[in-house]
Amino acid sequence: MPDAHSVTRAARAASVALGRGTPRSARVREVRERAIRASLVACATLSVVTTFAILGILLVETGQFLSMPEVSVTEFLTGTTWAPLLGGKGQFGVWPLVCGTLLVTAIAAAFALPVGLITAIYLSEYAAPRVRATVKPVLEVLAGIPTVVYGFFALSVITPFLHDHVSERFSTFNALGAGLAVGIMILPIVASLSEDALRAVPRGLRDAAAALGSTRFDTSVKVVVPAALSGIMASWLLAITRAIGETMIVALAAGGMARMTIDPAAEVQTMTAWMVQMFGGDAQATGVEYRSSYAVAAVLFAITLGLTMVGNLILRAFREEYD
Amino acid sequence: MLAGTAADARIRPAGELLDAATPRSQALRRAADRGFLVLCLGFTALAVLILGVLLFSIWQDGHLRVSMDFLGNYASRKPADAGIRAALWGTVWACGICAVTALPVGVGTAVWLEEFAKPSRFTSFIKLNISNLAGVPSIVYGILGLTAFVRAFGMVDADRPIEIGDPDTFLYLRLPFGNGVLAGGLTLMLVVLPIVIVASQEALRAVPRSLRAGSLALGATPWQTTWSITLPAAVPMIMTGAILAVSRAIGEAAPILVLGVPIFIRSVPNNLMSDFTVMPMQIYDWANRPAGPFHELAAAGIIVLLAVLLTFNAVAVVIRQRLHRPLQ
Repeated sequence: MPDAHSVTRAARAASVALGRGTPRSARVREVRERAIRASLVACATLSVVTTFAILGILLVETGQFLSMPEVSVTEFLTGTTWAPLLGGKGQFGVWPLVCGTLLVTAIAAAFALPVGLITAIYLSEYAAPRVRATVKPVLEVLAGIPTVVYGFFALSVITPFLHDHVSERFSTFNALGAGLAVGIMILPIVASLSEDALRAVPRGLRDAAAALGSTRFDTSVKVVVPAALSGIMASWLLAITRAIGETMIVALAAGGMARMTIDPAAEVQTMTAWMVQMFGGDAQATGVEYRSSYAVAAVLFAITLGLTMVGNLILRAFREEYD
Repeated sequence: MLAGTAADARIRPAGELLDAATPRSQALRRAADRGFLVLCLGFTALAVLILGVLLFSIWQDGHLRVSMDFLGNYASRKPADAGIRAALWGTVWACGICAVTALPVGVGTAVWLEEFAKPSRFTSFIKLNISNLAGVPSIVYGILGLTAFVRAFGMVDADRPIEIGDPDTFLYLRLPFGNGVLAGGLTLMLVVLPIVIVASQEALRAVPRSLRAGSLALGATPWQTTWSITLPAAVPMIMTGAILAVSRAIGEAAPILVLGVPIFIRSVPNNLMSDFTVMPMQIYDWANRPAGPFHELAAAGIIVLLAVLLTFNAVAVVIRQRLHRPLQ
């Protein structure tokens, strides 16, 4: 029910409206309503303008990069050597950067997707309210920690740990340290979004499964998780998208060597790390190396946009509606 | 005994449908249940442990460096003299600009989508577009900010900028903005805008229909209803969302880095065009150096950054609890 306070406010607003009920004030009011509506539409349009501005900038700059004499479209899209800093004879095959990104993302996903989902199942199906009240804030704090902090954590804790306890091969920069830090960063996204999806499954389904003799494990795995699958998949895709676009962790901890490898101890360069090296460094704004970062950004944008759209499609197409 | 067996015989077919009724499989299922619970507890404890190790290691590395000098000194090549003053004030300016621009635009978009827009192709396109923007990596927004704000799309020659006012006072504007604090703040605004919009939409959706109906029935116009009834009821949730969005902006380094802000800043911004850096950028610069005293500075910077974020989130919790009156 609306409380008394709001009703008073409504009445006041209405009396203001009615009190000036002369034709002239009605006209003024209509003009004002239209002006306000137009400015609201302008606000909403800004988000569309943003998208098209990003698309336009990336297309134009990538076009300029690809039409430079040192570069060819085929080499960029199929080449397996990324070595732009060799003076006039740079090689611009984007695959090593893509592979670096995929390696870090795969490590992050291998850690965060299962751990996040199981944490979510625990919080939604097993945990006592008091445990939940402790774990949820921990996840919220983890989600709020800036990524540069995780990058520093990878450098100062994770990599030294890998070096001392796993293998001497882990030097300052390596894919595994960066990947695990990215995994920690996306863990709360998976856990809290999957938990939302699990909790949205109606209680009746759980009760029915329990009445048929299921244990909580059976109920969780055979009933609740399948019912929430679209939400879980969407949370996974969102987390993967964030991992692919993550910048500060990989710039600090993964290194700067673009190569095609699946060795987790290797120093790799991701697409975002290359952009950091160019935009954050002293590269000349007209040079072919600097321009190449726009083309890399275009590839990154295409991949993340594609994944986001697939996530939206999954949410819409496979949503299970219960009433 | 006999009756029990008979009962077993009767329930067995139903049980077999569940592949569940024999004692052995029941024991297995119980074991799976318990094993899974142990796994759950282990993973959840892991999350808590990670947070503990992270906070502890940073405190260990940096707490000796945090002092009034650290807060009051500018960056320096000598670790003993280095401080975070420029970055702290740069963050205040950039995130302040981000907040005052993102809030009206974000809430305006949400109000239009929730209160005014009729379902149409354009409306659903905007909604789809906002959810896509939320997935764009922040470094890509940095590229947009670099082209649009720092360089004004190359429409004005950066060597002969259009200037208004006196660079030594607050009243100074320049086109293109260059990599000043206004360009940084507006870039951060683009990064957090989708968060503000989605949070405000949810806040408006949570306001009961009956409030609007009552206001409209009393003769208020749609905008009067929105302004005096719907928005006030949605303020606590909008504020929570806005504070989360600004927290995100406080921690962002990538888009600022792309703008090409100088690394050594020895001044505090005095107008919208001033050079600036932000705390995450300063931390990145320190962390990027070889291990040693500069890593201690990075850890100290992180302590200050997390303290600022914690204060901000505490304010959000207080607002949520103080202002939130259930409307239904």
